[in-house]
Amino acid sequence: MSLNPNDIARIANLARLELQADESVRMQDQINAFFDIVAQISAVDTQGQIPMAHPLDAMPNLQQHLTDADAQGITLRLRSDVGSEPNDREANQRSAPAVERGLFLVPKVIE
Amino acid sequence: MTELHHLGVAELAALLKNKEVSAVEVATRFLANTGGNPHNAFLDIDSEVTLAQARASDAKLASGSAGPLEGVPVAHKDVFVTKDFVTTAGSKMLSGYRSPFDATVVARLRQAGMVSLGKLNCDEFAMGSSNENSAFGPVTNPWDTARVPGGSSGGSAAAVAARLTPAATGTDTGGSIRQPAAFCGITGIKPTYGRASRYGMVAYASSLDQAGPMARSAEDCALLLTAMCGPDLDRDSTSLNVAEENFSKDLLRPLATAGKNGQPLRIGVPTQWLGGGAHSPLDPDRPFRHAEGTHETVQARIEAACDALRSLGAEVVAVSLPNASLSIPVYYIVACAEASSNLSRFDGVKFGHRAKDYADLTDMYKKTRAEGFGQEVKRRIMTGAYVLSHGYYDAYYLQAQKIRRMIADDFRQAFAKCDVIAGPVAPSTAWALGDNSDDPVASYLADIFTLPASLAGLPCMSLPVGLGDYGLPVGMQLIGSYLQEAQLLNVAHQYQLATTHHQQRPGAVA
Amino acid sequence: MSAKLVQGYEVVIGFETHAQLSTESKIFSRAPTAFGAEPNTQACAVDLALPGTLPVMNVGAVERAIQLGLALGSHIAERSIFARKNYFYPDLPKGYQISQFEIPVVQGGEVSFLLGDEKKTVRLVRAHLEEDAGKSLHEDFIGQSGIDLNRAGTPLLEIVTEPDMRSSDEAVAYAKKLHEIVTWIGICDGNMQEGSFRCDANVSVRKPGAPLGTRREIKNLNSFKFMQQAIDYEVRWQIEELEDGREIQQATVLFNPDTGETRAMRTKEDAADYRYFPDPDLPPLVIGRDWVERVRSEMVELPWVMAERFVRDYGLPEYDAGILTQNQAMAAYFEGAATDQRNAKLASNWTMGEVSRRLNIDGRGFDAEVPVSSTQLGTLIGRIADGTISNNAAKQVFDVLWTESGEVDAVIEAKGLRQMNDSSALEAIIEEVLAANAKNVEEFKAGNAKAFNALVGQAMKASKGKANPAQVNELLKQKLG
Repeated sequence: MSLNPNDIARIANLARLELQADESVRMQDQINAFFDIVAQISAVDTQGQIPMAHPLDAMPNLQQHLTDADAQGITLRLRSDVGSEPNDREANQRSAPAVERGLFLVPKVIE
Repeated sequence: MTELHHLGVAELAALLKNKEVSAVEVATRFLANTGGNPHNAFLDIDSEVTLAQARASDAKLASGSAGPLEGVPVAHKDVFVTKDFVTTAGSKMLSGYRSPFDATVVARLRQAGMVSLGKLNCDEFAMGSSNENSAFGPVTNPWDTARVPGGSSGGSAAAVAARLTPAATGTDTGGSIRQPAAFCGITGIKPTYGRASRYGMVAYASSLDQAGPMARSAEDCALLLTAMCGPDLDRDSTSLNVAEENFSKDLLRPLATAGKNGQPLRIGVPTQWLGGGAHSPLDPDRPFRHAEGTHETVQARIEAACDALRSLGAEVVAVSLPNASLSIPVYYIVACAEASSNLSRFDGVKFGHRAKDYADLTDMYKKTRAEGFGQEVKRRIMTGAYVLSHGYYDAYYLQAQKIRRMIADDFRQAFAKCDVIAGPVAPSTAWALGDNSDDPVASYLADIFTLPASLAGLPCMSLPVGLGDYGLPVGMQLIGSYLQEAQLLNVAHQYQLATTHHQQRPGAVA
Repeated sequence: MSAKLVQGYEVVIGFETHAQLSTESKIFSRAPTAFGAEPNTQACAVDLALPGTLPVMNVGAVERAIQLGLALGSHIAERSIFARKNYFYPDLPKGYQISQFEIPVVQGGEVSFLLGDEKKTVRLVRAHLEEDAGKSLHEDFIGQSGIDLNRAGTPLLEIVTEPDMRSSDEAVAYAKKLHEIVTWIGICDGNMQEGSFRCDANVSVRKPGAPLGTRREIKNLNSFKFMQQAIDYEVRWQIEELEDGREIQQATVLFNPDTGETRAMRTKEDAADYRYFPDPDLPPLVIGRDWVERVRSEMVELPWVMAERFVRDYGLPEYDAGILTQNQAMAAYFEGAATDQRNAKLASNWTMGEVSRRLNIDGRGFDAEVPVSSTQLGTLIGRIADGTISNNAAKQVFDVLWTESGEVDAVIEAKGLRQMNDSSALEAIIEEVLAANAKNVEEFKAGNAKAFNALVGQAMKASKGKANPAQVNELLKQKLG
């Protein structure tokens, strides 16, 4: 599995990264070197294995530690529907690059 | 009396409680040590803030409402957001960033009374194993300043080793607490995934990131870990809803009775990890591409440590982690995938760096991110975007998640035969600055021992077990089953009661 | 199947509707969701994607998803997963939207409605929970846009249909029915101007029997009128392209209400490589059967169930039941006026007629307080039914009650609107009328039915409108033989 310059350009675009020409070449070499190692995983027989998106999936001995609410295992906790967060606009926008009248300014968005 | 800066957390806490010294005196002493920013360990220091916290702690100590660690200094890895200090995560992207809120872990430690000395240097967005990926210059190893301290919590490890702070917070995604702790001769622990809240930790890889303490003893780590851990149900959906625990509770258990049902503690050493270096499960005769495999002195130190644990009453058995070496591709696929998404929020719109010149919106994004991110970060974002992209998801991401489960299962089976797993933290001691710069893959390969426990979400720690090549520290890794942090700290503490490696200080430290 | 072809082509339409849920707080943060706040005053750290922030799920959003699933007869997934949809846009703070991909919370289901006389059913593929994006404002800034993230994080249900619709009429009828349902069960306020209910229409055409044509997606239709116009235009445009020998390219299009045209958006490169993967910040959502049953037991009576009940228990025609159950408040009003079930039809007529007309003039709906309460209306129609007043008189009473308030009986007395029910007095009047209108009597007896009406008219006039017309009719018939 080898990435070519088109792949690099496509991914850089997806990731919104501008790469200089020499950067792109280096990136391609380094990522391909990485994928040489990655290649071994395709030889591994994973038949019947359930993907583990999360360590929380694999914690079997937690049952005795969990409180009742989570007795079913690690599942999504639900919070009550209360709009309690106060308006903190000033603090939240303190580090904004460009703000006017409370709005974040960006180059014009064209549909 | 021993100089203040050589005292550990427990000792300082006792002195402060007994009013033998004030929080302001302690803070002043440590602030003085940070003058000139030795080892480039710190990224932000503000003595006003520190002394104000110290004064508040003194007031609490006087009024009898002191927390367990009141007045003891701590410094925070710069991936924890703080209201009172700048947070950069080691990146130009967040240069000068002021968070409107504190990370939960930071707030908890302040609640326990700790006084913040400032923010510590780290690899950019916690991506790296040497702290050479920081946008603000590398950190140097106090044992040999021509060498790396390890990463990504390099600043934390160096600051503790150089006595700039008695303790520091770090984060561990693939070994970033354990490995710098090993390289700098200190103790560090990563708890079970979900024990410490991730709210306020700049996210790298969400299913792997965990906060943990770094200090000069297991006893100290236990104190901090107790304060740091606890459910954060309102803010972190991956926070475990398990009761808070006192991780110091089992420190004094003799290893002869520390196992199940009062049996001797069984320490499992994976056959793949010692005796000849790491091997690929697909070809047991072929060592990894890493130049010399695991160094002999590292192996020797680990074996000696296991002998010491035997003489303390533990049993050492062989266990097997057949798929552990697949951790490298699996970890990097998963971590890069998650990181590529987590770092999309850095777009120059709401906070952080924005490029000065751009033609339009898309150009603004591309230039902002090109300027704000360093090489390693860009590499991981690209890799992550690729493995998630159309047509590759099944072959890479999904396959990696399946192997991840196999690795977790390996541990489960191993823990049927032992209580705690022991092994190296890294194949070598600290390498020289600049050694691996051109070959990122070489650094990835050196993570062979730390990655498996990260993928499984298990608690794990590193403690110093002596000096190796060039007089540099060697760390031993201990891995426990889920929620068994107290047991790990027990083993480490018993070892530290019987040995003095953890008390050795870098030659340059007065 | 009565799908009408357009220039020989079959039209195929599927809808994706985004319904904003009526929760107090956002789906993943505790910021409030009220409409119309100052920019970025309802966007907290989580909504702004500040470093270190994490999502925490709102139970109210899940509950509303369950309610929708039950209303549409869908399967509620016991376990569903949240996934990240990755793309860059200024109104998307994290650079990804938390949505559901492979395993949504609601699966299947259907929406049935009348199209003219025909019953239509549109099948649902799924409905899933996701977060809304912020808004871009362009007007006040030159060369720049202002981003308001108040809306970012508002919970949405994205409701996706199979491509079952075959005309713009059907599509609009579907949209109206779905709108009615989500507002009826109270999960969405349905305010289309405020963006609470937005539809994307996937439109393609094909010759009958041919495989599905390439579809184009018309985005963000927020009025039924525009939906109709946009789809009609798009269909004609696609047919014209095909007739001219060109192929349809898949595209996202916007409808311009000023020109009435649809136009492809600037094509986004790498269209749709969203790199979906399960969100590692959110464990799986588990919905136990007991929760579903509790929601089911607490749900309001669904409109079609209520309509059936109106037909069965009140004896109303289907048409009336259909109209009355378009709106919960209207249905409740009717029932309040129909407590005497013998008068159900009268109550229905008045509710659909005079009351609706008046509310329309005033620019209100049944949801606000109606000046004439349903109880009062019930009393009023009771007075019609028992002959106390005529229909016309009732309208006058209604008028007074609407504009001035008061009590039914008091107004009747005050205005002297009582019908004359005294038959002897009435007989006397009729005798007089017959005597005075001998010519009409003759004409009637000669077979001219209109002459009868003239006599009725005379009798009503003579009684100054107070006679009960039915009685007049009856008495005249008696006398004339």
